[in-house]
Parts: sequence; structure tokens; C-alpha cells
Amino acid sequence: MNKRVYLDYSATTPMKQEVLDAMMPYFNVSFGNPSSIYTYGRESKGAIDKARDIIAKSLNSSPDEIFFTAGGSESDNWAVKGIAYANRSKGKHIITTNVEHHAVLHTCEYLEKEGYEVTYLSVDEYGLISIDQLKAAIRPDTILITIMFANNEIGTIQPIKEIGQIARNNNVYFHTDAVQAYGNMKIDVNELGIDLMSVSAHKLYGPKGTGALYIKKGVKIHQLIHGGGQEKRRRAGTENVPGIVGFAKAVQLAHENLEDHIKHITSLRDKLITGLKEKIQYLKLNGHPTKRLPGNVNYSIEFVEGESLLLSLDMVGIACSSGSACTSGSLDPSHVLMAIGLTHEVAHGSLRLTVGDFTSEEDIDYVIEKLPPIVEKLRQMSPLYEKVKGGN
Amino acid sequence: MYSDKVMEHFMNPRNVGEIENPDAVGQVGNPKCGDIMKMYLKIEDDVIVDVKFKTFGCGSAIATSSIATEMIKGKTVEEALNLTNRAVAEALDGLPPVKMHCSVLAEQAVKSAIYDYAKRNNLSYDGLDGFDPNDEHDHHHDIEEDH
Repeated sequence: MNKRVYLDYSATTPMKQEVLDAMMPYFNVSFGNPSSIYTYGRESKGAIDKARDIIAKSLNSSPDEIFFTAGGSESDNWAVKGIAYANRSKGKHIITTNVEHHAVLHTCEYLEKEGYEVTYLSVDEYGLISIDQLKAAIRPDTILITIMFANNEIGTIQPIKEIGQIARNNNVYFHTDAVQAYGNMKIDVNELGIDLMSVSAHKLYGPKGTGALYIKKGVKIHQLIHGGGQEKRRRAGTENVPGIVGFAKAVQLAHENLEDHIKHITSLRDKLITGLKEKIQYLKLNGHPTKRLPGNVNYSIEFVEGESLLLSLDMVGIACSSGSACTSGSLDPSHVLMAIGLTHEVAHGSLRLTVGDFTSEEDIDYVIEKLPPIVEKLRQMSPLYEKVKGGN
Repeated sequence: MYSDKVMEHFMNPRNVGEIENPDAVGQVGNPKCGDIMKMYLKIEDDVIVDVKFKTFGCGSAIATSSIATEMIKGKTVEEALNLTNRAVAEALDGLPPVKMHCSVLAEQAVKSAIYDYAKRNNLSYDGLDGFDPNDEHDHHHDIEEDH
């Protein structure tokens, strides 16, 4: 039994060979520090400039609006803290949601301890915010709206354009964490009215440890990392040249093949959603039926617990994730699943399967074949299942 | 993260199921924490002649239930009451610190079933002193100091 099926593309993706090939020379041949003036340095600097152009173009932004970071979490921290500190003379109120990634949520909680006020918008059963609630939450001292583009757990895509419009009308900055969306949908920052956007390389077949923050020209923001004068004096630290080159290569590939990519993974996603629904009773699809990331499947499988599902699936070579508390070491299940109104036991039984470019039809068939008997075995063991069975 | 023994019991749990006309039934845990254990006992002449369990929970919750049933089968009620969570964890070659609560749950499931037996038969056991089956205290926090 050596078959392995990776269905956790929202956690991270395997790097594409072209990406690895593009990165290699920058480890040991063109290894110079981009800040150095000799040829080695200029080669590295040139590679970064080229990478910045590629990423800027993919977002319909300009290169001087792209700042490289060490990943999505740093970008989120920088955006939220940087805007908060730079605009505190205007106000100390931030609006976000209760389904954000922890990189935004915990940063907001940190700022609350520093005297900032944060409004956490709730979401409906599909994970969508309410535009009316957003409008009502805006105050004269609101300085930032930070709402994720698409949710990492349930895949729900927020009405970004409407949020951008509201932010603009009210003269409030709008940041979005697009770590899951970037590479999986078309993003035009100007059309969508985005002022700041976090992106990450390893979610779109690039390397880990590299990301970027888009900062629209004219946005007032403080630095997060102080030190040398890199990134136009806004983000210190010697640039991760191979990482940045790999990131750009991954973005270029994603951009060129976007339509095919979306078509491919949407069809696999829908096959998985339908196939499991046909074979397993008492399933609840978490997230929105249509406003959903193309590769995301999130099912609550009633009467079973997520970690035992993951362990059993791992035994047959299937890798995926769960919102169960037991997989995180904390007591509570995922805040996202609680926010969409699931009960604890249903949230504990959630399974997230995310497909990607290297997923095949056979992989999906394999999961549809292997998962139902695992669920049945665990349900036979579950005291919560007895009552339901008794009723049949 | 889990020992081979935990995985072995998780994949091939012993004594899963229910007992018809059991002499005792105990249930502990709650859905909020993500684990519920239900234990059924058949007791003859003060000896546990059969035991079955059903568990909703993570891998270690299933493994601790399974091994606990093995450890009390054939034992007297008094002996079963001496089963500690540490003994359960040790029998599984250890549990990760965040999963120690599962061994506490297994110990409590046994006690809860015997409590039911004592109540049905008007018996009292020293090993049940201070045990309250309806105690909703959080077993996760119980063992915090242990690691």
C-alpha cells in the first residue's frame, strides 16, 4: 500500500519543477546580496526587479506597490499594525470579521491590548459577511477594514468589490488577506478597490517563506521590520532572492494558466462533493455552494470526530485536514466552523479536502472509494450514531 | 505523534459495541470537548465478565477506551476501580501531553459504569468515594499539571 493522495493544497502546495529550476541558480551561482554594487549583487537585484514586475502585472498594479515579505502572516501583521500605527491620529477603530486567519485575528487582539477598538463582523451560515452590517460598523474614527478575500477553511469568497467601494466611499483603508485566493481567481486590485493585499508563494506552487504585501501608492503605513534600507526602506532584511524568483515564476505560471487551472480544479472539487454526498449519509457541506474557492471541499461528517478520520485516511495514504480541536491541540474546534453556527460535535467532525494542479480524477475516485467505509467504521463505534440508527 | 500501540488499538479496537441487558452502563465526556465514551459491563459474582465500549473522539480516545476494556475484563469490580489514567497511558506506551485527558476519560468511563452498577444494586465501593458521574468538570484541565 504505497498510494498517496495529497488533498491539502490549502495548507501548502508542492513546488512546480519550473519554479525549482528558476530558483536554483540564485542559491549558489547568482548568490550575491542585492544591495551590493558589484556584478553578483546586480544580478540578484535584477532578478528581484523582474520578479516584482511579474507579480505587479498579475494584480494590475505597479511594481513600486509590491513589497516582498517572509509570507502571508508577515504581510497580514504588517498591513494591520502598520496601518494602525500610522493612522492613529485619525482614529483607533478597525473592522474585521470573526472568520479571519489567525494572522489577522491575533494581530487585532494584540492591538486591542494597545488601546485600539476592533469590530468583529459576524458571518451567515455560508460564511459571508453582511454589507449592511459593514456599513453600520463604520465610524468617524475607523481607519481600517481588513476582510479576507476567501476563507482558508470553508472557501467562502467575500464580496470584495462591494467592500472596496464602501471603504473608498468612507475614506477608510481596505486590506484583504488573499493568501488563498491568489492564483485561484483573477484579482485586479484597482477594479476591486483594494488598498493593501497579502499574498503568499507556497499556496500557488512556489516556495515557503516568501510572500508579498501590495500597498497602493499613497497609503500611509508604518514599517514592521526595521533595519536596512531594502524594499524602498519599508521592509528591512536581505531579500530572499531564490524565494522571490520562485514566487514570481509560480505567479507567472498561475497567471498564464489561470483559466485552465480553475476549470480543472473546479471539476475535481465538484466531483468530490457529489461523489461523497452520494455515498455517505449525514453530510453537511460547509461554506457557500457557489461563492467558493475552486479547490475547496469542506464537509462535516456527523457522528464522527475529525482527528480519527484524518488518522484513518492517513493509513490509506490520503492527506487532508480537519477543523477538529483534537488536531490543533486546543479545546475548541475551528473558530470559522463555530462562526457559521455549527454545533461543537458537528464542527469536530469536519473534513477539509483541497484539490490542486497535481490532483487527478483517479485520486478523487480513490477518496470516494476509501472514505465511506472509514466513516462507517467510526460511526459504528460512535455513541452519537446509535440514536440516529435506532430511529431508522 | 502517537505510539505504535496507540495506532494499533485505534485501527483494531478491542471490545467495540454494546452489551444486551448490561449490568452497568457509564458515559463520560461531552460533545463540546469532542469526545464521549460509553462503557457497558456484564458483571457476575463481582467479576467483570464482559465489557464493550462506544467512543466518539480522536484516535487516542478510541485507543484508551479499547485498552481500558482489555485491562478490566476478567477483573473484580474492586480491581477495576483501581485502574488509573496513568496505567492506561503507560499500557499504550505513553500519550502525547495534549492527549493525556483521553486516559482520564477512560478511567472515568470505567468508574462511571461501576457507579451505575453500585446504584442499581445498592452497593458501595471505597474506590467510588468522591466520584460524581455527573461532574461536568473539564477533564482537559484536570491533568494540566501533569506535564
